[in-house]
Amino acid sequence: MNSDKNILVSQDLDVKDSAWYWDKFFQILMFISGVSAIFLIVSIFFFITKEGFSFFFESFSFREFFLSSAWRPTSLSNPTHGILALAIGTASVTGFAMLLAVPFSLCAAIFISEFASGRVREILKVLIELLAAIPSVVWGFIGLSIMNPLIIDLFDVPVGLGILNSGIILGLMAAPIMTTIAEDALKAVPDHYREAAEALGATKWQVTFKVVLPAAKNGLVAAILLGVGRGFGETMAVLMTSGHSINLPTSPFDSVRALTATIAAELGETAVGSEHYKALFTLGILLFLVTFAINLIADIVVKGNKRH
Amino acid sequence: MFQSTELNRRNHSVQKLVSILFGVVTCLLIVPVLTIMTVLVYKGGPNISFEFLFSAPTNGMTAGGIFPALLGTILLVVVALIFSVPLGVATAVYLSEYASDTWLTRLINLAIINLAGVPSIVHALFGLGAFVIFAGFGTSILAASLTLGIMTLPVVIVATRESLQAVPPEFRMACWGMGATRWQTIRKVVLPNAMSGILTGVILEVSRTAGETAPIMFTGAAFFLPFLPQGILDQTMAMSLHLFVVSTQVPGVPETLPYSVALVLVSLVLIMNAASIILRAYVRGQKKW
Repeated sequence: MNSDKNILVSQDLDVKDSAWYWDKFFQILMFISGVSAIFLIVSIFFFITKEGFSFFFESFSFREFFLSSAWRPTSLSNPTHGILALAIGTASVTGFAMLLAVPFSLCAAIFISEFASGRVREILKVLIELLAAIPSVVWGFIGLSIMNPLIIDLFDVPVGLGILNSGIILGLMAAPIMTTIAEDALKAVPDHYREAAEALGATKWQVTFKVVLPAAKNGLVAAILLGVGRGFGETMAVLMTSGHSINLPTSPFDSVRALTATIAAELGETAVGSEHYKALFTLGILLFLVTFAINLIADIVVKGNKRH
Repeated sequence: MFQSTELNRRNHSVQKLVSILFGVVTCLLIVPVLTIMTVLVYKGGPNISFEFLFSAPTNGMTAGGIFPALLGTILLVVVALIFSVPLGVATAVYLSEYASDTWLTRLINLAIINLAGVPSIVHALFGLGAFVIFAGFGTSILAASLTLGIMTLPVVIVATRESLQAVPPEFRMACWGMGATRWQTIRKVVLPNAMSGILTGVILEVSRTAGETAPIMFTGAAFFLPFLPQGILDQTMAMSLHLFVVSTQVPGVPETLPYSVALVLVSLVLIMNAASIILRAYVRGQKKW
């Protein structure tokens, strides 16, 4: 008798009414949406490869592509596709930007997370967040119309567009993002680490340098990596401030051309399916793979941190 | 009684010094940008008027206003949101409410990180290959907006996931305990409680989308159009590209014009961001749990 009742109750609960079907329906819909992120990143790779792929069979030579600095895709008699100068351009601008942005943003992150308190911290965080929001084309414009005359005046050079200008602008762009990520990494260090050190008589800066920084090391490395990725992939600001001439630079005032800027400047002039067009998509594949690697490494570094 | 030693005093002064030094460095990061913004307002401000905002460029873009670009940016943003907000929110709901910690979840997270990390120009190449050529949309608002939507998808996903995870698990358990299905719980309890957090993410996405230039250059934004777009398969002008064009491509532009364009664009983006920050602070104050 009693057990019969139980069966009845459980059958009652196990009804497949409309709510049950809606539940299943939305579960599947949400799953599809969740997986769509993977689908999108794969299709990005698929489509840039699809457009640029045949370049590898027709005009690609490893030696020329990576070791020649002659990027002359529009030459009628003998087009060449050497990216050495472009890669060095990207590397020099990004490197210069990191030289500025890494110390500044690490100091700012430490100040916000460890030294500032209350209202000051909140205001600084909001300001940093607003800085990160300024569009890259506006940064490019600032480099072009404010930094350019400033550099010409200060250093007495004929043109103010080059590694220095681009590096400063890119540094200012990357710093807020790196500050935010680095600050998150510092905040993730448990408070009892700090309390234990303070109980032993350590001052705040001793706690910061001997305890917090070593514990947050991986997160800080990830912040720097993501900053590098950001600088590496920046397009409009670099296009507008680097001078955009193909050069193997010898001084910080030299004009260079970046990989990203090359695509942005030249894609509009190419015919779909032409060799030049495919070469630009091949640059895109390269950019995709390098940023993918940077993000993957940063992710692995952070995951390693969490295991502690 | 505790007597401060020489070492204590030295440590104390070192601490003060370090603190001041780091504070100064932090200010050095912010002050140049504030100076630059002041210059933008000083040089571009006087030129901005009702007429500047609501009339078309004239004389080969060396005079007149920015209305087609402003309208174009709004159109691009709206179409991008229609596509990316539902998808982004659904992805976040899956990650926060359904997914367990499996390799698939890690893969999805990695994909989201990479969607955010891939250079904007690569998104532009993708948009050109996938939407303009393969899907046959041509260079149009639709193609440009889809490209922008995919690029800024991570902004919505991350903000939504954070606000969903901030809803206490007890809320869900109470709802399940009443016999509600998983979806009913999400629909009636989790989403309403996370709504303002999702809204901050959406506003942030608006600001990101409005400022992007590279992804729309080859997918739907035009240097100059003599007429306004009639539908989503037309090309359009956009604020960000307009700034690029008037500051680099057109000869004989009066010096203050690009400053005004830059000022309008920056104001648009920063007002959106400020709104999102204020909303977030307000929500934090309102939290009942």
